[in-house]
This record gives sequence, C-alpha cells and structure tokens, in this order.
Amino acid sequence: MNPDRRFKKRTLFLALYLLFALLPIYWMINMSFKTNEEILSSFSFFPQHFTWANYVRIFTDESWYSGYINSLIYVAINTVISLSVALPAAYAFSRYSFLGDKHVFFWLLTNRMTPPAVFLLPFFQLYSTVGLMDTHLGVALAHLLFNVPLAVWILEGFMSGIPREIDETAYIDGYSFPKFFIRIFLPLIKAGVGVAAFFCFMFSWVELLLARTLTSVNAKPIVATMTRTVSASGMDWATLAAAGVLTIVPGAIVIWFVRHYIAKGFAMGRV
Amino acid sequence: MSTTTKPVNQKAWFLILPVLICVAFSAIVPLMTVVNYSVQDIISPERTVFVGTEWFAAMMRDEELHGALLRQLGFSFSVLLVEIPLGIALALSMPAKGWKSSAVLVVIALSLLIPWNVVGTIWQIYGRADIGLLGFTLQKIGIDYSYTGNATDAWITVLVMDVWHWTPLVALLAFAGLRSIPDAYYQAARIDGASKFAVFRYIQLPKMRGVLMIAVLLRFMDSFMIYTEPFVLTGGGPGNATTFLSQYLTQKAVGQFDLGPAAAFSLIYFLIILLLCFILYNWMQRVGTQKVEVEQ
Repeated sequence: MNPDRRFKKRTLFLALYLLFALLPIYWMINMSFKTNEEILSSFSFFPQHFTWANYVRIFTDESWYSGYINSLIYVAINTVISLSVALPAAYAFSRYSFLGDKHVFFWLLTNRMTPPAVFLLPFFQLYSTVGLMDTHLGVALAHLLFNVPLAVWILEGFMSGIPREIDETAYIDGYSFPKFFIRIFLPLIKAGVGVAAFFCFMFSWVELLLARTLTSVNAKPIVATMTRTVSASGMDWATLAAAGVLTIVPGAIVIWFVRHYIAKGFAMGRV
Repeated sequence: MSTTTKPVNQKAWFLILPVLICVAFSAIVPLMTVVNYSVQDIISPERTVFVGTEWFAAMMRDEELHGALLRQLGFSFSVLLVEIPLGIALALSMPAKGWKSSAVLVVIALSLLIPWNVVGTIWQIYGRADIGLLGFTLQKIGIDYSYTGNATDAWITVLVMDVWHWTPLVALLAFAGLRSIPDAYYQAARIDGASKFAVFRYIQLPKMRGVLMIAVLLRFMDSFMIYTEPFVLTGGGPGNATTFLSQYLTQKAVGQFDLGPAAAFSLIYFLIILLLCFILYNWMQRVGTQKVEVEQ
C-alpha cells in the first residue's frame, strides 16, 4: 500500500468520526432555534420557523445567565488550585521514592471512585459546618476531590516521560530548583499541562450533583439551573438546547487557548 | 508510576503535602460518615440503632443487585473495548500541525463539554424515529429501531452515546501523549527502516503507556458509575436492560430513603471499583514493563 492511499484512509476515518461527533451537536443547535411545538411536531433538518427566543430568554433572565457566571468563577478557582498543587506533587511522584509513595499515589485516585448518591448528605453537613455553603470557593474546594487526583496522575505520566538527565544537567548549569522548574521543566511537559488544565475545567464544568447540593442562590451553577427546564408542565426542550449550546462555548474557548500546548508537545529544541 | 529505581528522598513529602490537604479535606469526613451510616438503622436523625454488618449481608444477597452488577460489568468492558482502540486510532489520524489540527482538536472536545443531563436529553430526541435525526435515518434505511421499546436497541444506544460522549477523552490524552514523543525517536526509526506498525508498536505505544493507563482507569471508573445519561435517556428501561449499579443505588438512597442499606451498598460499590481498578492498574504496569524489556 502506498503512503498516499494510507493517508486518504486516515483522513476518511477522521472525517467519518467528526461527522459522528458533530451530528448530535448539530441536532442540538437545530433544536435551539426552534419552538417547543416545532421540535415535537415534525422532523426537519433546518428550523422552519427560525427563532432567537430561546437565547433571548437566557440572556435576559438573570437567574439563567448568572448560572454561567457562577460556574465560570468556581471552575476557574478550581482549575488554578488543582494545577498549582498538582504540579509539585506530580514532580515528587515522578522523581523521588519516599515512604508510602505508591500507596498515596493510588489512594489519590480512589477519591474518584465513590458513587456520589449517598455521599451528598455528609458533604452538605461538612460544608454547612465550615460555613462554605453557597459560596464559589465551597464548590471549587469540593471539586478538588476529583480534579486534583486527575491532574496529579496526568502530569506524573508526562513528567515520567522526561529523562532525569535533564534535571541533573540543569543543576550542574547552576539553575535553582524554582528556576529550573518554570524555565526548563514546564515547557517540556506543556502538552500534559494543557490536557490537565482542560480536563480540570471540563470535569468541574459539567459536574452536577455536588455543585447542586452545595449551592442554593448565590453560587448556583448553570448545570443546576438547567434542571429547571424539566417541570410538571413538561420538558422545555428548546430552552434546554439553547442553554446546552451556550455551555459548550466557554470550554471551546479554553481548548482553543490550550491547543498549542497540546499540539506542540515536546519542545526539546528550544531548551 | 514508573517502576524504575528513583533516588530516595523523604523530603518529597513536602511537595505532596498541599495535595493531601486539599483532597483529604473533602475525602475523609464524608467517607467516615458513610461508614457510620452503613452500620446503623436510621429511623430518624435522632433515632438510630446499631446493626453491625447486617446491611452488608443483606446487600450481598440481593438478587437485583447481582443482575445490575453483571449488566454493569458488561457495559464497562464494552466501553473500554470500543473507546480505547477508537481513541488511539483517532489520535493517530489527527493532523499534527496547522489550523486543521486546531480545528479538529476543538471539534473533538465539544461533546465532553455538554452537561451530562443535556447529553441524555439530546440523545432522547436524536434517537426518536419521528423527530430525531438518528432514529429517522435508521427508520428510513429500514431498521426497526426503538430505544424505548427494544432492550437491545436501548443498550446499544446507551453504549453509542457513551462512545460519542467519552471517546474524545481517550483521543485527547493519546494525542497529547503522541505529541510528547521527541522527534529523535522517529528519526532513529526511519534510519532503521522501521515499518509504520513497528513504529506504533515499539515507539508510540510504549511512550503512550502512561496516558493510556490514565485513560483506561478513568473510563473504567466513570463508566462504572454512569448514572445521568442512561437515566435521562431510557430511565433504566425497557424492563431493566439499562439499569446499572448507580441507578439502583440512587433508587435506594433517594427513592426509598434507606440510608443505612444505601450506605452499605455505596461502600461495596466503591470496593468493587477499587478492586477492579487495582487489578487493571497492576496488569497494565506489568504489560508495560515487559514491552520495555522487548525493546532493549
């Protein structure tokens, strides 16, 4: 098989997957420009009675758009804390052995393995006791439980791929540890930092149960606001679709900014 | 974690201390509380009776739970079998440079960013034969498809939805792993005249081992706890074809408000995930080191 044909096969595979990935999203966008009656009454590739009403409702109703703002605030706090505590820890795990290192490393991940249903009540009690209920910081701290282990594991994987000789050479060249870490080491694991940042953002952004349990008004996230569209009078499909389209936007912007980190990866040549 | 020998340095504990504080703050108290619930009969918040391991024994005997566990295992392993190879294949075929690379990255990540209840809702419409693209198309081709009426269709729809939703996670991790391989490796392979497959088998796959391990474990534990999407899409039906463990747990904890048994079940559930992840982790680590030996 010549390389040209293999290339075409790969492109075809990728195109097919992208189609598979985009069609449900297209359907959501399609729905977001329809009225509820139109969604439920007929099948159509394009909205027959095009309307912005669903988006207007979200942008003019404070209880809707404040959900986006609240979510963005605690997700940002969470991502920053997660990465800044995970970076040194991942370095320690990848470079040194110490008492209990393997156990602690695996224990971290076990915090992602607890089925949430029963844990919500003690979470509620704990956060009420320490006075963090209905605050952005409270949700951000609660989300550290699953984001910090994830960030540590991802970063450790990338750091272990960097040969230890690089650390040693830097010390011989007279770099201090912080200087070495920021100037030399971080650029080498850019791809890992990019992926970890995106995943922290993503998991915190879509998490519903904890965020809903720990908030009532002031920090109510968009995912909780969305559950309002299910009511006794039936589903408000159109508003939900519009809100869904809008929840994709911030994450798409985040991945747009970290894409260079992910795609460039190993930058040995520039050291 | 790699198994190569590393210098012993107990001071490294200071580097992981912030992580321990952050995680332990939210981890220990709730876990202890749930353990406390699991050994009591909670009649009201003021009246509780110590019952020892009774709830655990009752849960272990529960026939419904056995059924849900088997369905769960079948589902989670299907998820891994489809999503891991598909994610690797995607990462290998994604363009590495230029605007195309950026565009593909963004498009692939989109499905991850939709809240889970919306994912279920969208697929609920998408799969309907009268008003949804997928159901409509399948009906037109002549396949009698109904995710609400047919158990197999429902199961496959939940699986396809999960593949659509989560394969990007595997693909992004694998892609980042691939991009971190220094060019020198590829140059060496080119000089040796290595085939495409050999490059994949002896360079790309071993170098992706770390990220793939994370991808496998993450996909395993998250699919094992899947709740929102099938609940919204099928409500666990038809019959109990798509009732997985966490839905059963939520019925117990929220529906019947049996806090004691639900807590006992949570702990058993947690231990099952822990055990399976531990086995997967150790197995993957062994496979990884054997590969390195082959390389040398």
